[in-house]
Amino acid sequence: MEIPLDQILIQTINGIVTGMILALVASGLTLIFGIMDVVNFAHGELFMLGAYVGVLILAASGNFWLALVGATFLVGLLGGMVYLTTLRPLIGRDPLTTILATFGVSLVLQNYALWQFGPVARKIQEPFTGHFTLFYLEYPYYRLVIAGLAAAIIGGLWLFLKYGTYGIWIRATTQDRVMAQAMGIPVPWVLTAVFAIGSGMAAASGVLFGPLVGVNYAMGTDWVLKAFIVVVVGGMGNLGGSIAAAIFVSLLEAYASLVVSPAQSVIVSFVVLILTLLFRPTGLFVPTPK
Amino acid sequence: MTQRRLLVYWAGFTVIIALLIVAPLVLPEFWRRFLTEILIWGLLAMSSDILIGYTGMVSFGHSAFFGLGMYGAAAALLSTRPPSLWLALAYGLVAAAGVAAFVAYFSTRLRDIYFAITTLIFSQIFYVIIFTATAWTGGENGLNFRRPALAIAGLFSVPFDPATLHWFVLAVVTASYLLLRRITQSPFGMVLQSIRENEARTRAIGYPVERYKIVAVMLSGVFAGLAGVLYAIQNQFAAPDFVFFLVSGEVVIYNVIGGIGTLVGPIVGAAFFLLLREGFSRFLTEYYLIPVGLIFIAMVIFLPQGLLGFARRWLNR
Repeated sequence: MEIPLDQILIQTINGIVTGMILALVASGLTLIFGIMDVVNFAHGELFMLGAYVGVLILAASGNFWLALVGATFLVGLLGGMVYLTTLRPLIGRDPLTTILATFGVSLVLQNYALWQFGPVARKIQEPFTGHFTLFYLEYPYYRLVIAGLAAAIIGGLWLFLKYGTYGIWIRATTQDRVMAQAMGIPVPWVLTAVFAIGSGMAAASGVLFGPLVGVNYAMGTDWVLKAFIVVVVGGMGNLGGSIAAAIFVSLLEAYASLVVSPAQSVIVSFVVLILTLLFRPTGLFVPTPK
Repeated sequence: MTQRRLLVYWAGFTVIIALLIVAPLVLPEFWRRFLTEILIWGLLAMSSDILIGYTGMVSFGHSAFFGLGMYGAAAALLSTRPPSLWLALAYGLVAAAGVAAFVAYFSTRLRDIYFAITTLIFSQIFYVIIFTATAWTGGENGLNFRRPALAIAGLFSVPFDPATLHWFVLAVVTASYLLLRRITQSPFGMVLQSIRENEARTRAIGYPVERYKIVAVMLSGVFAGLAGVLYAIQNQFAAPDFVFFLVSGEVVIYNVIGGIGTLVGPIVGAAFFLLLREGFSRFLTEYYLIPVGLIFIAMVIFLPQGLLGFARRWLNR
């Protein structure tokens, strides 16, 4: 079968755009996993709630950027509260119990969204509607802007972790929780803040992604699965690896959808995950552990 | 273990089975059906307890085994005339066992959350395959078929009515329970429990841990497939929704609510969950998962042993 070059190029761009959004979702997830050993099953629901809060703020104010910032902040706050009420009591227990608790949280949030917003998909209006010509397609600028924004947010996070005082606190907590506590870092609050930051990032990606497809109550499920794949393929708790893996997996899926139906192309990422787990369980994009 | 406590256990067992036998004769149709469903979901949850409770591996992929049992039964019931119950069982169990062997081979190399995530992803693979292979599985619409008769060739053949179907399900679930109980108390079951307690030490003693885990996953998968066959016979349809990972999540919920490592606990958990769902859906319709989810979170935090956790030692004698 012959696949024209222009289609491959278009799919490359599409893959990178979804890859950047996925990277934003997954970097929140990997931050939470890497720092506190919590497998957050509710991450997709925070993504979905972010998109809904974005819809509401957009409807009230008409300003997309306000919606983006507002949704990030509000869902971040919600994430902090979820952490305080359900996850903090589980500190010191088997990490598996965090899967169970967050699975419960995801059921509650998903059905709450269904109850509040109904089953019909909502639409987020994109902030600008320009197009440019890409072969035979009118390619919207907005998609490229999303990729850029996602990269900017991830870059901001990286700079914060690397140079910010609180970022250094977070890294210290990752390395040695007890020692960090002994040095006067308020570890319980650092953990809460990390969960809130991760939730806020999920919400931001929800708002950014909203204009591409509709916003509905079940959208989180697909994304949390993909984000899990990315986090494992990239190496649990490894920010750079997650970003590389997100783009890698999205590109593969984009190319696969040229050959098979989009519904089947997700199998490609499943297979990547299983191969990774079998042959390189520490992650594809991390140096070989000595 | 004194003789008296063993006596109490078997007395309790007999009373409960007797109540379940009488139930379809006195209960109204709705609750009769409800009870049969509890038994089927209970069997599924019990099969998963072999992994969660006894081997210490949390599987988020039981919907795949359940679903394959269901579609295996569907294949048998649609391809043979007249539909045969035993063929449906055979097809369903073989399908589930095949999938379980495949999943087990890969997933048992991993531990803890990685095992959970891998089984989850495997079940999603089968979900996508079943969902998109429209020609064979009917895709989103699923398959409809007729219920087979309860027959032994050359001896008798009676069509299922609600009561006989209930008794049939009860017989299968009870036999499965006794078999699984026997297995967990056997030397094999003891090795599984020692893997749960200390995997490194079990390996050091000389047990081939990986092989034991593969057999455990397959055993668990076969009984999950059996539950799938029963569900297909009871409801006369197979649908991809049952392969979706949320079903696996519910199975884990049954286990946690009821108490892992007890075999009976998961059945009690299933009953409790389905009753809650029934109760809340009366006035919350489809939003029943909000209160049920909250109760589940509270139980994970405050009652990690589950409803029957207090009786765990006693039930395993």
